[in-house]
Amino acid sequence: MLRIENLHASVEDKEILKGINLDVKPGEIHAIMGPNGSGKSTLSSVIAGNEDFEVTKGNIEFLGEDIGELAPEDRAHKGLFLSFQYPVEIPGVSVTNFIKTAINETRRAKGLEDMPANEMLKMIREKSELLEIDRKFLSRSLNEGFSGGEKKRNEIFQMAMLEPKLAILDETDSGLDIDALRIVANGVNKLKSKDNAVVVITHYQRLLEYIVPDFVHVLLNGRIVKSGGKELAFELEEKGYDWIKQEVEV
Amino acid sequence: MAYTEEELKKELETKEYEYGFYTDIESDTLPIGLNEDIVRAISKKKNEPQWMTDWRLEAFSHWKQMEEPEWANVTYKKPDFQAISYYSAPVSKPKYDSLDEVDPELLDTFKRLGISLDEQKKLAGVAVDVVMDSVSVATSFKKTLGEKGIIFCSISEAIQNHPELVKKYLGTVVPQKDNFYAALNSAVFSDGSFCYIPKGVRCPMELSTYFRINQAGTGQFERTLVIADESSYVSYLEGCTAPTRDENQLHAAVVELIAMDDAEIKYSTVQNWFPGDKEGKGGVFNFVTKRGLCENRAKISWTQVETGSAVTWKYPSCVLKGDNSVGEFYSIAVTNNYQQADTGTKMIHLGKNTKSTIISKGISAGRSQNSYRGLVQVHGRAENARNFSQCDSLLMGNQCGAHTFPYIETKNKTAQIEHEATTSKIGEDQIFYCNQRGIDTEKAIALIVNGFSKEVLNKLPMEFAVEAQKLLEISLEGSVG
Repeated sequence: MLRIENLHASVEDKEILKGINLDVKPGEIHAIMGPNGSGKSTLSSVIAGNEDFEVTKGNIEFLGEDIGELAPEDRAHKGLFLSFQYPVEIPGVSVTNFIKTAINETRRAKGLEDMPANEMLKMIREKSELLEIDRKFLSRSLNEGFSGGEKKRNEIFQMAMLEPKLAILDETDSGLDIDALRIVANGVNKLKSKDNAVVVITHYQRLLEYIVPDFVHVLLNGRIVKSGGKELAFELEEKGYDWIKQEVEV
Repeated sequence: MAYTEEELKKELETKEYEYGFYTDIESDTLPIGLNEDIVRAISKKKNEPQWMTDWRLEAFSHWKQMEEPEWANVTYKKPDFQAISYYSAPVSKPKYDSLDEVDPELLDTFKRLGISLDEQKKLAGVAVDVVMDSVSVATSFKKTLGEKGIIFCSISEAIQNHPELVKKYLGTVVPQKDNFYAALNSAVFSDGSFCYIPKGVRCPMELSTYFRINQAGTGQFERTLVIADESSYVSYLEGCTAPTRDENQLHAAVVELIAMDDAEIKYSTVQNWFPGDKEGKGGVFNFVTKRGLCENRAKISWTQVETGSAVTWKYPSCVLKGDNSVGEFYSIAVTNNYQQADTGTKMIHLGKNTKSTIISKGISAGRSQNSYRGLVQVHGRAENARNFSQCDSLLMGNQCGAHTFPYIETKNKTAQIEHEATTSKIGEDQIFYCNQRGIDTEKAIALIVNGFSKEVLNKLPMEFAVEAQKLLEISLEGSVG
């Protein structure tokens, strides 16, 4: 589904990603772990098409197509979703209005009519129940005055509404208390199927207790230095990142 | 080949030399220039009574002694007032024979605004061979109004048919010598609207100039007078949202509202005159005086969406004369490319327990300059006056400007005045967030701008609000590169 080969990316001439290789197949959950500054968030931004970063080498294939030259909205239309670490506020635009616009823009890009209002309402009701979201929340301005937990839940709600093929969750666990974490993780698990895939980007192992990965990759200084099964996450939790750093240096 | 106004003016100038200057009141267009004879000729052409002619002449004598104001935060080349023709009979002959001859860019805008084909023809000045819906709508509309005793007609008709009302109220809110442009308007106004709502009558529909059959195109110097008698209510919509590409360079309108005891007037405007091209060439100068007078417990609400004109100079105001009267001003002003807007309001608190609210949203893009200028004045007698003002500015890109000039003058210690102001910028992170959700940049900007303007858009009548939203999108197109 997602194939990344020898990806190099830089911002303002500073190279951050130094040759990433990653292969994600339908039905899989991948976790990318690493210390602060290792390039985790840059990787998610580059996959989503953020033009602040310059891809200097390598390519990104999504559903068998090279998406390196595509605008971020075109990548989204193909079924790529990024749950932001710091979701932005848009004053005066309600959660409902925002998601309605996002869904209809995606439909239009595929040559479809706008989603009928009753269908939209039904979907909103279902997905908000799934994520235990109070309906009043949906009429509030997007992310304005939201708590950390509300912001992340709103991200997963949007993911549920947009039904992407590949979801990248960037530090979704940061700023969440244990209850919110459980709700968000449950939501992700319920939305998971054999046809879609999830990439979880995280600093801690905590979220992975709830969203169990098939593969764990360790990102260090712009490179994936170690990959393994879910047990690698436990090992990292126990020993920290230093032993890997030493291993790499050796 | 279409004439530009400049070319037309040049030709007229040469013609003048060719034939010498003369005033031929029988012809449809008066020669360029302004003097007492011209003012008399305008009045005579319109078959006005002597008192009206005298009123115009008085205004003209004031105007001659006045100077064009320079305090606004705008720069432009001052119009040559002697190079304008002040009267032109409504064009009865269609400009074009079919839509094919009309500028395709204009048609494209019509289409995006969702304007019907017949209407497109009307707006672009194409001959219409079928009876248009609006005509029949207007007929039944007039009947309903007539039954309630509501008078809604052009100001010229009102001068002929209801001289007692016009004579009593014209110039009572905006006196002839109020300011340079108001004086000019008073001397030479071509036409406009008149509306009278009798005591205790609630006007059953939104009054819109759109429904007036003889509205063949707005004049350069429009004059509007709305009178709401005691305990009456009216919602008035000004301007059609369609982009009639008016080639008049200078517009100086005057609007006067009178809300008697317990009356309420809601006045909504959507203005989208030609703003000039991307290089800042051409465009309309819009110098308007709008003011309303509130008697006891009366209320006046101004709501405006300003997206057009090269230079806008406009301060819809309320004189809160009566006790417990209320004034409101809700405004969205959008400037793009080289547009300049200096707009706001004046709330004059004279009566006791008077209240005013000001919500102003300025959106600047391109190399435009957008200024809010507002005055809140509390007089000595105005016990317990209250005002709340909120001025928000949204910037797009880094070559535009937003300015706020709030003036507060109070002579009564019991006054409560609040002023809030914010300035924000559409961030690249906001755009990227929207992009990631499948929303392209143009649409993302529209969404953010609509959210920003929501408090004001909500004040507009429903169908007007929808069109205003579309207009915001269109006027900001291409503003982020």
